Amino acid sequence: MRRNVMAYVPALSFVLLLFFMWEAGTRVFHIPHYIIPKLSDVLISMWENGMLLKKHFVITLGEALLGLGISALFGSLAAVWIDSSSFANKTIYPLIVASQTIPIIALSPIMVMWFGYEIWSKVAVVILFTFFPIAVNTAAGFRSADPDIGELMQTMGASKRDLFFKWKFPSALPGFFTGLKMAAAISVGGATLGEWLGGENGLGMYTKRASNMLRGEAVFSGVLLLSAMGILLFLAVQWLESLSLAHRRSKKTI
Amino acid sequence: MSVVTRIEGQPIALSVHGLSFAYSEETPLFERLDFNIRQGEFVSILAASGIGKTTLFRLLAGLLAPQAGTIAIGAEGETAAAASKLGKIGYMPQKDCLMPWRTVLENATLGLEIGGTMKREARRQVLDLLPGLGLEGTENKYPHELSGGMRQRVSFLRSLLGGGELFLLDEPFSALDAMTRMSMQEWLLRIWEEHRKTILFITHDVDEALFLSDRVLVAAKSPISTLTELTINLSRPRSYEVTMDEAFIGLKRQLLGHIGRGAVDFEGGRT
Repeated sequence: MRRNVMAYVPALSFVLLLFFMWEAGTRVFHIPHYIIPKLSDVLISMWENGMLLKKHFVITLGEALLGLGISALFGSLAAVWIDSSSFANKTIYPLIVASQTIPIIALSPIMVMWFGYEIWSKVAVVILFTFFPIAVNTAAGFRSADPDIGELMQTMGASKRDLFFKWKFPSALPGFFTGLKMAAAISVGGATLGEWLGGENGLGMYTKRASNMLRGEAVFSGVLLLSAMGILLFLAVQWLESLSLAHRRSKKTI
Repeated sequence: MSVVTRIEGQPIALSVHGLSFAYSEETPLFERLDFNIRQGEFVSILAASGIGKTTLFRLLAGLLAPQAGTIAIGAEGETAAAASKLGKIGYMPQKDCLMPWRTVLENATLGLEIGGTMKREARRQVLDLLPGLGLEGTENKYPHELSGGMRQRVSFLRSLLGGGELFLLDEPFSALDAMTRMSMQEWLLRIWEEHRKTILFITHDVDEALFLSDRVLVAAKSPISTLTELTINLSRPRSYEVTMDEAFIGLKRQLLGHIGRGAVDFEGGRT
């Protein structure tokens, strides 16, 4: 654990340095607050609007988590299907990959038409962003399962069930978590975009409204919080991963 | 279908009769191959790489179906596929094939788990055997924390617990360095003398075949239709000292004669 904390020290120091340069730069060069506000002003604005920001934070986080959860469930189910059926492997899988050439942002307004201005249109945009990395990486995880282990299990008389739960599933877990980490990082972006397209709540809406009013410090406080949310989600997935992949943890300690 | 169940009064562990096999569109690997293994015997099949050794094992383990002929396993003479379903075959592949996400203990219990043994009982069986295999205290380690030789021991233990009557070992030591290989060979002999299971061992190493086996079956040319047999009447228990004996050298000369030196290029034969 101590080792883990130590690993973050250089990056954190660098971030602090950047913050310092931000504060110093805006003061020395007299940069207008609607271009780059002073960090201290951003922090003050964050403090003053604490209750409001907390409410919006929770709403955006909820959208991102809900979308992530649904993507994780259906993304991994899709991967199981792609792996177990050569039909799905030949038809669905290329389609999922090809679907990435569709600009997701262009599709997002459709989600608003279908699901309205409530939370579900934002969740739908998050799913649009996060389904692909989870499905594709989990499918790659299934594919990486060592066929020799499968054959060995067959000589032991393994059933299909045994093969899935003792061989395929554990082999796919690292891929699933790779996908989930990527998805966690972009889920906040999806939720923000969903809020821009319409709605009353959330940090995305807050930053957009603040930017319309040229309130730089409010925009930046929203952006900082959204970044923090992305990092938090990513770290949460990493923590889950370390819990379920115990052998990887032991690898680090050698 | 005639199935031999005894040779010279000894029960048969494996009887292969008229076996033919070819991968589609390729030249056949086996043509009407016959051979028998008695129960409790240690037999090596010596052949050059690429001649179809691993295919033979896949046939014997029931992973492939023969195109002609029969493979009968055990006293009941079951087919390879049926015997492997019943957990009567212990297959140890060339790679250790350990699951990186399972500890030594969990890897070793795999076969028992699949066979339906209760978890606690499976663990007890493994823990009982670990010290004898030189694996004491490793039960909670992961495969990547072990040396190559130790991984092979775990793999062997898993096969030992996973299968009952016949053990198929496919060049299990070929990936190990020479020193480790030697100690693993001695280790295997010690375990075999203790448990007296039937072992069919594939190798391309002449010394290894001679040192370990009761009989060596030589496959000299492809497609394999006959195996030249050499009985190794060296006394047991054997230690590596035996490889320096006159008798051993004599057998080696005989064996190399069977192979037809030069016709097949053998890898890994130590002199």
